Amino acid sequence: MKRLLKRRELTLVLVIAVLVAAISLRHPAFLRASNLYDILDDTAILFMVAIGQMMVIVTGGIDLSVSSGIALVGMSVGMLNQYYPGIPIALIVLISMAMGFVLGASNGLLISQAGIPPIIATLGTLSIYRGFVFVLSRGEWVSAHEMSAAFRELPRAAPLGITNLLLCAVLVTVLAALFLTLTRTGREIYGVGGNRVAARYVGISLKRIDFLVFTVSGVIVGLSGLLWVARYASAQNETAAGFHLPTIAACVIGGVSILGGTGTVPGVILGALFLGIVINALPVINLSPFYQMAIQGFVILAAIVVNTLVDQRNQRLMLRKRVL
Amino acid sequence: MAEQGKPVPPEAAAAQRSSGSLQILKVLTRWEVILLLIFLVVIGVSAGVSPYFLDLFNIMNTTFNFMEKAMVALPMTLVILCGDIDISVAGIMALASLLMGAASAAGAGAGALVLIGLGTGAAAGLLNGLLIVRFSIPSIAVTIGSMSLFRGIAYAVLGDKAYTRYPKGFAYLGQGYVGDTLVPFELLLFVLLAVLFGLLLHRTTFGRKVYAIGNNATAARFSGVPVRTVRLLVFCLSGLMSGLASVLLTSRIGSTRPNIAEGWELEIITTVVLGGVAISGGQGNLFGVIVGIFLIGFLKFGMGLINVPGVVMNIVIGFLLIIAILLPGSVGRLRNRLLLRRQLRGGG
Repeated sequence: MKRLLKRRELTLVLVIAVLVAAISLRHPAFLRASNLYDILDDTAILFMVAIGQMMVIVTGGIDLSVSSGIALVGMSVGMLNQYYPGIPIALIVLISMAMGFVLGASNGLLISQAGIPPIIATLGTLSIYRGFVFVLSRGEWVSAHEMSAAFRELPRAAPLGITNLLLCAVLVTVLAALFLTLTRTGREIYGVGGNRVAARYVGISLKRIDFLVFTVSGVIVGLSGLLWVARYASAQNETAAGFHLPTIAACVIGGVSILGGTGTVPGVILGALFLGIVINALPVINLSPFYQMAIQGFVILAAIVVNTLVDQRNQRLMLRKRVL
Repeated sequence: MAEQGKPVPPEAAAAQRSSGSLQILKVLTRWEVILLLIFLVVIGVSAGVSPYFLDLFNIMNTTFNFMEKAMVALPMTLVILCGDIDISVAGIMALASLLMGAASAAGAGAGALVLIGLGTGAAAGLLNGLLIVRFSIPSIAVTIGSMSLFRGIAYAVLGDKAYTRYPKGFAYLGQGYVGDTLVPFELLLFVLLAVLFGLLLHRTTFGRKVYAIGNNATAARFSGVPVRTVRLLVFCLSGLMSGLASVLLTSRIGSTRPNIAEGWELEIITTVVLGGVAISGGQGNLFGVIVGIFLIGFLKFGMGLINVPGVVMNIVIGFLLIIAILLPGSVGRLRNRLLLRRQLRGGG
């Protein structure tokens, strides 16, 4: 089983390598280290949020509210910085994560305690959180000149050699990978997604796991909201609108089953990287950014069809082996 | 549960009397009835807050604002009853509108545009359905992808431009009234289609098959229900009706931009779920959905009259959606408890 998963990620690595090679054959500048670094930096927020999304999807849920959550936390900390520029940046980081925690926990409570299906609960909070952005801002933006320099510099500064933004993404990735593979709770997340009834019979608390994954996704969303608004130096009512789609797309491309139970952190990172490269390559190959959505849609469909075909073939092979 | 061990002699006589009131309780706790009551409250409050609400002209005209969504909510009911979901409906609308715009620019007449809109919708729905049943992929994954693809094509072709020239006769579909009456053509069309869908769902074997699939697809399969064919048809129907909604919307606003109907899928799904259709499939009926359509439509109209911004309306709709899921559960539990108590008394 493990070998099969590895093979899927290997396929994705090959596809990405071919893609990069094809682009850089025509435009060698694309392969320059600084450009590749920029792609990673641009995709950092997608890496993080997609990993939170993946934990939710692995349990068999889905979190549609991430885009509105980013906007709400982003607007809140943006306005906080605008009106109280003296608040130290470290405190703002904590506030953003605490806000994300509250948003994620609200989803988690609706789902684990009230028993609302995840797609409905987060569809509701998608509207509600987005609405509160507008209530909070009264339709105004927070623009670059209204933010303090320290605030704007937060994602760009690179005290450890890589930008703080990328550092956050690396931290989230590593922590999530360790958590999901090495801890008991991490394995329970897969157990719940694989078979909820069986998971309950072996003593896993479904409510605890459901609450946990949505809360983790929320905390990541909170941090991402701050980084998003600081990086683009603007907090708007439309910030991150529709961003839940690429996070789900990254998971699907990375081999996470939408039915739950399977998916790996490296897969999701590769899925997100694939999307990031495509988006960054568009201007290089002289396609308007308006092509982004169509390509994304095509890639999602191609990825799920290929993944399904591979799965079905593997299942047949396994069955045959068992029969022999 | 707690009542099981309790002796209940004093109330025993009362239980007999309450059997009539229990019937009333049963009716009152049906979701459609609760929805109708909420609907009446919305109308009452809106009429109290604004003198412009209870005006026949206003009421008829406000239906323009939600009839296209209502058209898609009809097949979405079937999709969700099957245990599936179609996120791509608004994307299909964008694609259909794009092709109609291109055809119109090339000189096509109103009739041809309608055919192109419906045809595009049906073809897009067929693509969804084929991917879903042929490869056994969950519908949410397929339609999230195809939603991006369909709308993405509209963005790729149009970018920041728009088609704005449509033939003269085309405008009637989305803007016209029936004869000299106050009734919009869209409203009449919706009523006809709602009756058709009601018959299809509640009076044909096809409708029963939809419920059977939603309740237990495996059992349905073993009972001889052609599960794949039914699901494929339901997705085609969803595409076709999205195409129709696109025809009406394009005709009403007279232009095609790539962001046309963006985000509508969420409101349409909200309407259906608010109408009492279980997202897990198999439960709910079309009457509830129709009440849900008008409830949300008039609620927005009422809020608009007192100058509530659209985004804030979405907060209300979001809460309504969550309450709509919570309420039947708790009301159902309450009802079951009352029924259980009565049975225990009857037995004792």
